[in-house]
Amino acid sequence: MSRLLNRLFLGAIGLFMASPIIILLGVSVNAEKRLAFPPQGFSLRWYLELWNDAAWVNAISNSLLIAALASLLATSMAAPLAYGLWRRRTVWLRIFHAFGVAPFVLPPVITALGLLSFWIAVGGYGSFYSVVISHGVFLITLPLVTISLGLEAVNKEDLEAAETLGADAGARLRTIILPQVIPYAISGAAFAFVLSLNEYIIAYMVAGFTVETLPIKIFNSLRYGYTPAMTAVAIVFALVTALVFGLIGYFGDLPRLLGAWKSKEDS
Amino acid sequence: MSLQIADVGKDFGRHTALRDVSLDIAAGELVCLLGPSGCGKTTLLRIIAGLETASRGRITLDGEDLMQQAAHQRNFGMVFQSLALFPHLSVEDNITYGLRLRKVPAAVRRKRAAELLDMVRLPGVARRPVSMLSGGQRQRVAIARALAIEPRIFLLDEPLSALDAGLREAMQIELRELQQRLGITTIVVTHDQREAMTVADRIAVMNGGTIHQMGNPLDVYRRPADKFVASFIGQTNLIPANWQGEQLDVRGTRFDPGQATRNTQPETADGRQIWLSVRPEDLTVLDQGAPADPNAAVMEAEVRFIRDVGASIEAHLELPARDDLPPQALVALVSRDKMQHLHSGDSTRIQLSAESTVVLAS
Amino acid sequence: MNTTPAPATTLQGFSRSESVAMAWPMIMLAVFFVIPFGTMLTISFFERVPGGFFEPGFTLESYARFIDPFFFKSLGMTMMIAASASVICLALAVPFTWSLSRMRHHSRVFWLVALLSILSLSEVIIGFSWSLLLSRSTGIGNILVWLGIENRAPKLSPGLGAVLTGLCYLGFPYAVLVLFPQLSRLDPTLHEAARMLGASPRRAFMNVVLPNIAKALVAAFIMVFVFTLGAYLIPQLLGKPQQWTLPVLIADQALFQSNLPFAAAMSIFLLGVSLSLVVCVGWLGRTAPHDQDDAHDDARSEEA
Repeated sequence: MSRLLNRLFLGAIGLFMASPIIILLGVSVNAEKRLAFPPQGFSLRWYLELWNDAAWVNAISNSLLIAALASLLATSMAAPLAYGLWRRRTVWLRIFHAFGVAPFVLPPVITALGLLSFWIAVGGYGSFYSVVISHGVFLITLPLVTISLGLEAVNKEDLEAAETLGADAGARLRTIILPQVIPYAISGAAFAFVLSLNEYIIAYMVAGFTVETLPIKIFNSLRYGYTPAMTAVAIVFALVTALVFGLIGYFGDLPRLLGAWKSKEDS
Repeated sequence: MSLQIADVGKDFGRHTALRDVSLDIAAGELVCLLGPSGCGKTTLLRIIAGLETASRGRITLDGEDLMQQAAHQRNFGMVFQSLALFPHLSVEDNITYGLRLRKVPAAVRRKRAAELLDMVRLPGVARRPVSMLSGGQRQRVAIARALAIEPRIFLLDEPLSALDAGLREAMQIELRELQQRLGITTIVVTHDQREAMTVADRIAVMNGGTIHQMGNPLDVYRRPADKFVASFIGQTNLIPANWQGEQLDVRGTRFDPGQATRNTQPETADGRQIWLSVRPEDLTVLDQGAPADPNAAVMEAEVRFIRDVGASIEAHLELPARDDLPPQALVALVSRDKMQHLHSGDSTRIQLSAESTVVLAS
Repeated sequence: MNTTPAPATTLQGFSRSESVAMAWPMIMLAVFFVIPFGTMLTISFFERVPGGFFEPGFTLESYARFIDPFFFKSLGMTMMIAASASVICLALAVPFTWSLSRMRHHSRVFWLVALLSILSLSEVIIGFSWSLLLSRSTGIGNILVWLGIENRAPKLSPGLGAVLTGLCYLGFPYAVLVLFPQLSRLDPTLHEAARMLGASPRRAFMNVVLPNIAKALVAAFIMVFVFTLGAYLIPQLLGKPQQWTLPVLIADQALFQSNLPFAAAMSIFLLGVSLSLVVCVGWLGRTAPHDQDDAHDDARSEEA
């Protein structure tokens, strides 16, 4: 009885989670240019239109490029910070760690407005690279957390063992620490990549009127009237997001990344 | 190679972990650092390995000063308590890790790994990930990895503590055989006195950051230097006594411990408090009506509990309270036939003599 | 290995190359995180030039605008919406996370992938799809028509219900991920022990599991509250103007009313509120028992 209830509950949650995707999927394959669900006719023409409309292609390439550069930037900053904290928890490192985590915990509009004031003051408002840097700083939290987790998994006695076997500090970093931490760094970068792709408010405030990213483009077209291409792009986006997390889940240890102590072994 | 440790001390903040320890280890010798947890034995081993910096003192290897050498320059092989096998590397890559750092060609490395795996009796697992090995197999891989670099000194920190009892005993013997075959100077840290007795040429018994006694296993067992060593190595009965002239007074009964013993004592003035250490197998329980040794102290005791431990019988006795002295519990190990007529609650007699007791000044 | 306490400088105990590597994130965070917040704080005291932007000065004018019935009404609405959404999220997330933490590895990964995907889905997409789901033409209201309960599909969006639904959709995966570590680390034998003493699964959950995660629940509530407080597009896409929350007002002031000082002042206010809430979570976390780490540390510091 309680098993059945549990199943029903999980099913309801699953339906709740899936319903927006289902409706987007349904609407996106309409044959006619109108909002209808269930779909009337079946056609993939709106997916094709994405590739033929220069505005959508521009938004997609903007978003992909910003996400790629921002996640690299975030990871390159997170790695030394996480490493330093792992080695010794000095006051300054802890303060900067808090700075690294804060933007992610606070309502993003605050960071967005801070960055807007900053870029207006220094003159980078509306520039593509301002968006990249803003996203990179905003999303540093994710690689910072995952790399820290990876470093915690490195046994300090392993490092001492390597030392007695003749490894100097550089060799220990290369042969013991990096091989164990790189998967976590990749996960962190992937997290940051996906979040940058979907981020709206910061991109909008920093360069919303000049650099059109996908979420901004979707919102703008929503305001100026409906086009089915929006649903198609939303579906493509959701798929890319799910794919990235699917890969992390497949190659990495997702439950551990999300904070469960025991993971694969107890299944 | 021989190792000289001179007045080495180590402080962690205000806490002193090691108090100016000196120790000479001869080439090819196996020394055990034995003591309870927190006695400083692991700190000393880590200082020798170069993983910890000594606050004071000097360590030399055949006269070569080690103090300025980092751990990775010393070429000492070490087996860690957690074994510290690299989880991301295969068995072979673990073993040849040190050789790769020394730029040994791949073919030579592979051959060497196979030889080492043969030596630790673990052939055919070279390609396996270390996570797929059993406890005993991991142990052997850790030993092979430390020996792969042909270390000048071989260090082991509680190497067998993770194994279950049976396997641990087998590995102790194997480890000792391997060490003797290679003739390598070795230091083993352990808290298990049986392990120390099995593998060591000499044992350094440590407590509170100092070496209490250094000697071969039988010496340390038969002639403990003080109360701590007597009770830490094996089981013993510690009975307070005091000097009265040439004799020792134990709960009102006296015996003569002999001139030789008196000569080893720092002070034999009247009333000077000492302890007698009597091993359970040395404690004589007198049969009913059996004559007592005229040179021994004979005392009434009550049998509290009798336990069959297989090879012999363990009798738990009690000397009754006397004057201002509380009752004293004693354990005796006696042969089976002798105890057949004794039961819990019976009264019996024990005797303490110069031959069966060790006099401890502290 | 040197343990003598040196003056607290950033680079103590690190090699030259390590220090250089660490300077990179520190400089970046100082320039692009600390300075922007400082800039925003400064601007909040600047004077607004009507029609223009702002000019340097010091005035509390922007903060004085808080004392205004309109601002209080929006603030009240913002808090009410975020609090209700968080309560609903947690009510759903607690039993769900409990089931999730007891699943086998593969099903667990499947759900986690789904949750993470939804969590990182853009608010635009979520808002848009829920506006479709709650609309008259394509929405779930049509199911009622099809079942013959109503003869015309109801228009559910925009409205308060639609905003709450959207925020719950946004906040649910977040709530699960905040609860997941706590619940998956809980000793499963606790629940089993209660079962052995005769408690039904639900009773065991209520009597044994819930009291043990009470602090985690409060912490999770605050985190989800702060998270939904930050929603910007959902209230706009699914709500009427009276349901616009503080972030919408901030962006509106900054970008469309050209009143950056007032936007900055509201932002500082929002920062104060959410920061103090997050600090509460940190405080709750510190007083919570976390004995699991100790065994490991003991082994390490045995002789230290």
